[in-house]
Amino acid sequence: MAAPLLIRREDETSVVSKTVSKSRAGKFRDGWVDGFLWFIRIAAILVVGFGIFRSVVMTLNGEGTSIDAWENLIVSGVAQGAMYGMLALGYSMVYGVLGFINFAHGEVFMGGAMVSFFVAQALFDNGVWESNFALSLFIILIVAVLTSTLIAVIVERVAYRPLRDAPRIIPLITSIGISFFLQYTFAGLFGEGVKTYPTPPDYLRNKVNVLGFLPIEGTKILVMVVALISMIGLYFYVQKTRAGRAMRAVAEDKEIAALMGINVDRTIVSTFAVGGAMAGVAGILWALLFRSISFITGFLPGIKAFTAAVLGGIGNLAGAMVGGIVLGLFENVGTIVVLGGLGIPGAGTLKDVISFSALVLVLVFRPRGLFGERLSHEDRP
Amino acid sequence: MPVLEIRGLTKAFGGIQALAGIDLHVNKGEIVSVIGPNGAGKTSFFNVITGMFEPDAGEIRFEGESIVGLTPSTITHRGVARTFQNVRLFPNLTVLENVMVGRHSRTSQGVFGALFRTKAFLQEEQEIEDHARDVLSFFGSRLRGYREDQPAFALSYANRRRLEIARAMATEPRLLLLDEPTAGMNPKETIELTGLIGSLRDERGYTVVMIEHDMRVVGQVSDRVVVLDHGIKIAEGDYDTVASDENVIEAYLGRPVNNGART
Repeated sequence: MAAPLLIRREDETSVVSKTVSKSRAGKFRDGWVDGFLWFIRIAAILVVGFGIFRSVVMTLNGEGTSIDAWENLIVSGVAQGAMYGMLALGYSMVYGVLGFINFAHGEVFMGGAMVSFFVAQALFDNGVWESNFALSLFIILIVAVLTSTLIAVIVERVAYRPLRDAPRIIPLITSIGISFFLQYTFAGLFGEGVKTYPTPPDYLRNKVNVLGFLPIEGTKILVMVVALISMIGLYFYVQKTRAGRAMRAVAEDKEIAALMGINVDRTIVSTFAVGGAMAGVAGILWALLFRSISFITGFLPGIKAFTAAVLGGIGNLAGAMVGGIVLGLFENVGTIVVLGGLGIPGAGTLKDVISFSALVLVLVFRPRGLFGERLSHEDRP
Repeated sequence: MPVLEIRGLTKAFGGIQALAGIDLHVNKGEIVSVIGPNGAGKTSFFNVITGMFEPDAGEIRFEGESIVGLTPSTITHRGVARTFQNVRLFPNLTVLENVMVGRHSRTSQGVFGALFRTKAFLQEEQEIEDHARDVLSFFGSRLRGYREDQPAFALSYANRRRLEIARAMATEPRLLLLDEPTAGMNPKETIELTGLIGSLRDERGYTVVMIEHDMRVVGQVSDRVVVLDHGIKIAEGDYDTVASDENVIEAYLGRPVNNGART
């Protein structure tokens, strides 16, 4: 009788000592990770703060970036950010409704811009581009929107709908596959070379004095105005119409939405269609800002728009737009201010470092994003 | 004329026979209560009627036409609406929007109307909103005023239940299925809702089938009571008949000792 008792006692003590050592190790590890995160946070603030401080001082001394250049950077940042925002809307909407990241969205954007390039080229050859730019712009905008919408809807039907009930990682991986498929389909159809949109007319390339003191290039004004109109339109559509309500209802609970007489499949298609249309508009904004396009063009802006969506708080439409503008500013102003201030040469080439560092920093400081909201998916049983 | 006619309804989940051949008919303007111990198959019964699950066998006729195999949205469109035992609203939509979503199957304006803000679109949006407010007024001032613009998750439990009924009403059903409408309510709220269930029929003209555990509620409003146990109907009749039925007492309480199991 005595022997088993002894063994049991030994077992107990060893179990106790094990749990103690485990929890100690756990505490130690957590403390170490927390400390490291705090170190990153403080280091980030110091580096950014010092960079900004130095570049401000340099500007005031008339050495570094001039006031004009600052204005330019800010305007470019906002214009480019508006484009990212338009693209980020698509990521955010699909995430809101289906709960996965559609990485093929960048290619939806590229497809619209690519197809409308050929239309723009034809218009240029006919002289319409020169004689009536507004009409040409309208035509390429419609073409880009229709192309992108069509691609987005077909991708949903062919690739994502069969995976509706699969774990979310599966459509995510599929979307990466679709992304490559679309890239190389476009490369095969239209060649791998870089295509350059015809130049917009002079009155758009010249600077216009907005409010009398802020000189902005015409194309950038156009980009901002188009983005603003699209955003207001989308907001109205989602918040104030029957179809938008259906979309939000489906995002919250598909089963109940179906029970309310909502056709869930059709609502999901319309979500992709609206996201695709926004990507088409973004494609034209890209064409206005950068003019060059190739089969790979969708990749980086796509990833950046995804970054913008996360920055703003994924699933939140206003957040996507604000996230886009913040990212655009980071990329343009932040690069010069922080890296320039730190005295790093060739700061302009490090744009992408800044934009993705911004993503990491936001995730460190505020994991839910700037406008992060409660996601209904988490509430679901 | 029967609004709902059910014959031999059967549904199994794996080895569990949730519904084992249920017959039921509900006449226009009736309030029928479905009662039974936990796990008797009451909620499965509702799930099958509303098309959330397809039955293994049996016939469901709504207003004379079979609704077996139709999608939930089509069944809603035909005129059947329900609420849930565990309230399932759209938590981040406002109170008014929740009810407006309920109007979806009765309206038709699509993207183009919205895009060009046609007259028909604007009229329809106004109509949806007016109707939603009208339905909310059924509950007096409880869901009106400032509450209309609150998100559903901010409501009290009782108000969530009321809102769920309002949302079901907004689909303009002729048959309303209520799954434990008074669960979790305090006695005062229960009395109030009991009165409202009566006026759902008397004022709004709905036919009501209700799952309920509170026997006072059942006794007060039901025209007829149906008792389920282990997926079969063990009794049916008015409240007093059912309440004194031996099978029912046995299902709820077990057999009396004197005519007990061992013979």
